[in-house]
Amino acid sequence: MVDVLVIGGGNAALCAALMAREAGSSVMLLEGSPKVWRGGNSQHTRNLRCMHDAPQDVLIDTYPEEEYWQDLLKVTGGLTDEKLARIAIRASATCRDWMRSHGVHFQPPLSGALHVARTNAFFMGGGKALINAYFRSAERLGIQIRYDAQVTDIEMKDGAFVAAHVGEREVDGQLLPAERIEARSCVMAAGGFESNREWLREAWGQNARGEWPSDNFLIRGTRFNTGVLLRRMQDLGADIIGDPTQAHMVAIDARAPLYDGGICTRIDCVSLGVVVNRDGERFYDEGEDFWPKRYAIWGRLVAGQPNQQAFSIIDQQAVGRFMPPVFPGTKADTLEALAGLLNLPEATFVKTVEDYNRACQVGTFDHTALDDCHTEGLTPAKTHWARPLVKPPFYAYPLKPGVTFTYLGLATNDTAAVHFQGKPSPNLFVAGEMMAGNVLGKGYTAGIGMAIGTAFGRIAGVQAAASAGFGPSSAKSERRHATV
Amino acid sequence: MQLFDPQAPSALIPVLNLQESEVERQMTICNACRYCEGFCAVFPAMTRRLEFNQADIHYLANLCHNCGACLSACQYAAPHEFAINVPKAMAKVRLDTYAEYAWPKALGTLYQRNGLTLALASGAGLAFFLCLTLMVMGNLFTAMPGGNFYGIFPHNTLALMFGAVFGFAVLALGIGVRRFWRNVSPAQSTLPLKASAALEATANVAQLKYLDGGHGEGCTNADDKFTLWRRRFHHFTFYGFMLCFAATGTATLYHYLLDWSAPYPIFSLPVMLGVVGGIGLLVGPAGLLWMNLRRNPDQGDEKQKPMDRGFIALLMLVSGSGLALLAFRESSALGLLLAIHLGLVMAFFLTMPYSKFAHGIFRSAALLKYSIEKRQPNPINAGSD
Repeated sequence: MVDVLVIGGGNAALCAALMAREAGSSVMLLEGSPKVWRGGNSQHTRNLRCMHDAPQDVLIDTYPEEEYWQDLLKVTGGLTDEKLARIAIRASATCRDWMRSHGVHFQPPLSGALHVARTNAFFMGGGKALINAYFRSAERLGIQIRYDAQVTDIEMKDGAFVAAHVGEREVDGQLLPAERIEARSCVMAAGGFESNREWLREAWGQNARGEWPSDNFLIRGTRFNTGVLLRRMQDLGADIIGDPTQAHMVAIDARAPLYDGGICTRIDCVSLGVVVNRDGERFYDEGEDFWPKRYAIWGRLVAGQPNQQAFSIIDQQAVGRFMPPVFPGTKADTLEALAGLLNLPEATFVKTVEDYNRACQVGTFDHTALDDCHTEGLTPAKTHWARPLVKPPFYAYPLKPGVTFTYLGLATNDTAAVHFQGKPSPNLFVAGEMMAGNVLGKGYTAGIGMAIGTAFGRIAGVQAAASAGFGPSSAKSERRHATV
Repeated sequence: MQLFDPQAPSALIPVLNLQESEVERQMTICNACRYCEGFCAVFPAMTRRLEFNQADIHYLANLCHNCGACLSACQYAAPHEFAINVPKAMAKVRLDTYAEYAWPKALGTLYQRNGLTLALASGAGLAFFLCLTLMVMGNLFTAMPGGNFYGIFPHNTLALMFGAVFGFAVLALGIGVRRFWRNVSPAQSTLPLKASAALEATANVAQLKYLDGGHGEGCTNADDKFTLWRRRFHHFTFYGFMLCFAATGTATLYHYLLDWSAPYPIFSLPVMLGVVGGIGLLVGPAGLLWMNLRRNPDQGDEKQKPMDRGFIALLMLVSGSGLALLAFRESSALGLLLAIHLGLVMAFFLTMPYSKFAHGIFRSAALLKYSIEKRQPNPINAGSD
């Protein structure tokens, strides 16, 4: 019997598997996806938000614990667990040497991401390079890795993990029988449920317009996060945390693929123009704050619009001032023509833009600062970077909500244990998106998902190994270990 | 901003061929992602552009070293529907640029079946020198006292033949790379800036900087593991070649300046340079061939393997025959070995402007352009403001 079973194949799962193996236990990792799609949403990530009290290799300046915590408090609106949040924050200050020891490389921020040079350490080559490095390290250390092995059920006895069940499945045209895999302890890090369309439908329900909003959501990440294990744990009575409609959700190009669109489908010109809905009307302040601080709210904003649809409109002045979009913009020399191409009600759309243009106050445009270009007498206002859209050609980019990952998860504590009626399981642990909701009740800030996944993945791995008889077991000594 | 739209009529834009359009499609996606910026020069060069015209595409294709790091790290590689494979798309265009910029242009078609080209050239070179040997000596197995091969082919005959062919190869490559340079580079910059760029580019060529993976652990080959062996074997090959070249150069100086004719003793400078270079030129290509055979078939263009392997084989034959000639120069095998070696060297020189050899020249030019361009202010400030 294997000592530690890790369910999942993303960053948190790999961190858990590697830590458990380093503690001396035998480890088996079950990745639900085929090898080519391994790594879950981690393959689309690019950086880790890191606390640091002095400049560190690729990180400039300082990013102290308190500032990190305040940033998190702000984006979550207080929907966070301070104790767990601070564990993740502190771990982010020290985990990178361990990451490097497993082959992860860091680099200075990518062009177009200089605003996070202080707070975020970028993975060279992005998340898939990180995942590849971890898998290589796992193989080298003798961790058994199995792909196409989705766990459909967990067998429990008196609050303790007994075995995982892998369902019958077809792989490369071959029918593989169902399996029961026993282990002394188990870490679950199998992601959220964002790729489960029915579950999203159930969570978001029907709106006043009679629409099922989630039917129009795109999923930025893996198609394999269907929440099978999460649902099963719910049914088994595990303590649950989080609102099922809360997620890392951004406005992305409506032409993006249904799954795995990743980073390149983002639309970065919102703050440089106006955003209108299907009725040709504006609905939110596009210049409320710097785009990197606002992109995570626009997914929900668009989800609230008719048909969950919107259009980011810019003119020639904005061209070249934002990250190039992956799909070409719809281009027209007049607003009327643009309305026609976008199937927007022409009169309303033209009036929206003209009203906006008239409301723009003359100021000094500066995209690097919260400048004084704003509107007056317009609802909703545009509070910064408000320049009249007057220089043709005009461009439009269609927007839809893009879900990165859901926040509904298993309640846990500083040992990453799964809880049943407030009582921690002795040998079942959880990490990654399956528990990120403990720290992220809502909102998002770049690189926090990987910080939580790395911190709690490592804690869960150490705890699982300890519970199987390897290494220290008390939460206290563990934390020291996991954060060294 | 005219972004790529396959449906849009493109009558006014120089029409891209299929391979170029594929690079344009991929670069448009990569430019919106940029995760690979740390690996090599291609991606930073890409971020200086919003659109990719033919000149840009030719430049980027030759900047790519086919190290494969971006393929294994790509979240959009197949089976993703975006099917990004930068090394492959670049390799295909790169081959086209060798053919397109070749001089005389008609000979660019030799790239279409380059394995065959090299084989035929080798065959012709061998046949020519074997026949010549037979004509001059009446047989192939003449020993010469002290291994004096000038007894078979006089120095001036060889100098004239090889000088002419080599001169032509240099001229053809020079014209080709000049056309490439003019097409891809408006290259306006000040002299000091150009000098520092040239220095950097030379260092990047000499060290094969962009086979280091960006992190110093090397490139990928069979899988997503990094290895420095491709870089090392390439160093063996490149510096082996340069040493052989230095051997010939030294011998020429000896001949004309010191009036000291070949054959030289083993411990003379020309022979020592040739021996060390020849060994490098055996080990390097052997290693490159071994890696080429094990390379992930998705990395690069499978169809170019005959060109790659043909060139590698020719290099090994040249160095192998040269070392054999040295070893047996005092035996009756001299005539045969000399004919073989000269035939292969002749084939190598003849095909220089129409073989994989050209990659070094075009890549160096692309690296120089990169070093110049990165010293200029970025015309695009997307997202950085």
